[in-house]
Amino acid sequence: MSEYLFKLFITGQSKISRTAVANLQAIINTHFKGNSRMIVIDVLEQPDLAERDKIMATPTLVVESPNPVKYLIGDLANKETVQKILCI
Amino acid sequence: MAKKKIAHGIERIPSGIEGFDFISDGGLPRNRSTLVCGTSGSAKTVFAAQFLAKGILDCGDAGVFVTFEEPKDEICKNIESLGWDIKKFESENKWAFVDASPDPSQDTVIAGRYEMGAFIARIEHAIKKTRAKRIAIDSLGALMEQFPDRDLLRREILRLTMVLKKLNVTAIITVERLSEYGEISRYGFEEFVADNVIILRNALEEEKRRRTVEILKFRGTQHQKGEYPFTIIPGRGIIAIPLSASELKHKSTNIRIPSGVKELDLICDGGFFRDSIILVSGATGTGKTLLTTEFAKGGSLNNEKTLIFGFEESRDQLFRNAIAWGVDFEKMEKKGKLKAVCTYPEMRGLEDHLINIKHIVKEFEPDRIAIDSLSALERISTVKGFREFVVGLTSFIKERELAAMFTATTSTLMGGTSITETHISTITDSIILLRYVEMFGEMHRGLTVLKMRGSKHDKEIREFTIDHAGMHIGSPFHNVTGILSGNLQHIEKHELDRIKEIFPEKN
Repeated sequence: MSEYLFKLFITGQSKISRTAVANLQAIINTHFKGNSRMIVIDVLEQPDLAERDKIMATPTLVVESPNPVKYLIGDLANKETVQKILCI
Repeated sequence: MAKKKIAHGIERIPSGIEGFDFISDGGLPRNRSTLVCGTSGSAKTVFAAQFLAKGILDCGDAGVFVTFEEPKDEICKNIESLGWDIKKFESENKWAFVDASPDPSQDTVIAGRYEMGAFIARIEHAIKKTRAKRIAIDSLGALMEQFPDRDLLRREILRLTMVLKKLNVTAIITVERLSEYGEISRYGFEEFVADNVIILRNALEEEKRRRTVEILKFRGTQHQKGEYPFTIIPGRGIIAIPLSASELKHKSTNIRIPSGVKELDLICDGGFFRDSIILVSGATGTGKTLLTTEFAKGGSLNNEKTLIFGFEESRDQLFRNAIAWGVDFEKMEKKGKLKAVCTYPEMRGLEDHLINIKHIVKEFEPDRIAIDSLSALERISTVKGFREFVVGLTSFIKERELAAMFTATTSTLMGGTSITETHISTITDSIILLRYVEMFGEMHRGLTVLKMRGSKHDKEIREFTIDHAGMHIGSPFHNVTGILSGNLQHIEKHELDRIKEIFPEKN
């Protein structure tokens, strides 16, 4: 069973950050319930993790599994793009 | 211990680039961002890395290197060849990389609004981790390619410069240009990171590459204007050569030193001055190298050390010629009184020759230096480059109060001047001309001291001969005029008397 691992990098509690979290939550609830994990990383709190994954922009969503790894930059408001990349 | 230098209100930080602190009147503006603009290959990355490396080595300042283009391993490898071990700095927590280079395997897609939050957070983290005082960002143009939203980038870069200022970090930001003498930067960065701008150039001029650094502006503070040549030396990095900027503050002396030829000392009223620069000019074969050899001999007899730079002959030839004239260079060398460095002029660029000469002079500490010949160096460079070289060299020699002899080859066999002379005759203190004098089917040789600053000297053109004991200067040429112009004319004795009447000699 291929589990989805979503890592969302955000900057504190800004409006864009909250929008991204909300959008991701909605997507998971609709399409990936039960077979996914969501991790939210605040780069202000844990910049070393951002360094390790070479994250530049925030928000950035890293879909770490299944392979291949996918990167989505932004608050995930572009529904079409998100759907295409996540195949939903 | 970072040195504090305040020039006209803005505090400076040593740049770590040899020669640049002079051009900039003290170094880079502290706690500010300076843009370093250059075309591809103009040494921007070296400049930025050197700023950090020398900051660590000389001032104990830790630094952060943000790379947008080259992956950090590439940078480590390239910089290592210049002599700095970045991995060691990293292990000592003196150097931190923020690797923002694009990962070709990473497939990124834009899906909404974003900011460069993580990027700035990573930089702040690296600065705090190492307690860095310096940061290099290389290069901004590459960031534009990864994130094409110009307005956003502009805002975020401005935000970054303010964060850096707040953290008390001095920044170098490199930026790409497309032409050497066109727009300042490719994307117009100087419009918003505009306070301090440096331009590095690698221009092609008469088939030769010329690297220069120019401080376009430092807001609110002084600096030298215009382009200055620089070179990159493995083990030392970028070395800028500030030339005519040095002041004419040299002391002068009345002490005389032997030229090596007794008659010449008499002609010069006692010998050369201790700190004079003597130019010996003549056609090929007239005896310039001989005069240089006598100069070295004179030094040795006076218990001085002589350094010879030969660009015309090999070491063996030089030493063999000297023996033929009765001077044993090998013996002088063994006694530490002589050092001869003979190389092809084509071996390196003129800036590198200057640096090499300075380096050997500092090591060997001679009392006299001879360059045979300047014309050989002139052939490998542009007119501008050669002039700068001569100014840089003579300035250095004057500072150290050395006696120097330069030889120059005239382009014609009879009479005429050399191009070298045109450039440096005003800089030299003494000029000795060696000329062929054709008399009744034979080639004789003539010597005259054209000028000798600060001293009286014999004005006549004297005949000289060369044998196994070196140079012998004899009596002046009589009944002959036009030696220097090359149009020799023999005058009958009564003609000569008539001329003497027109120009009565004062005794």
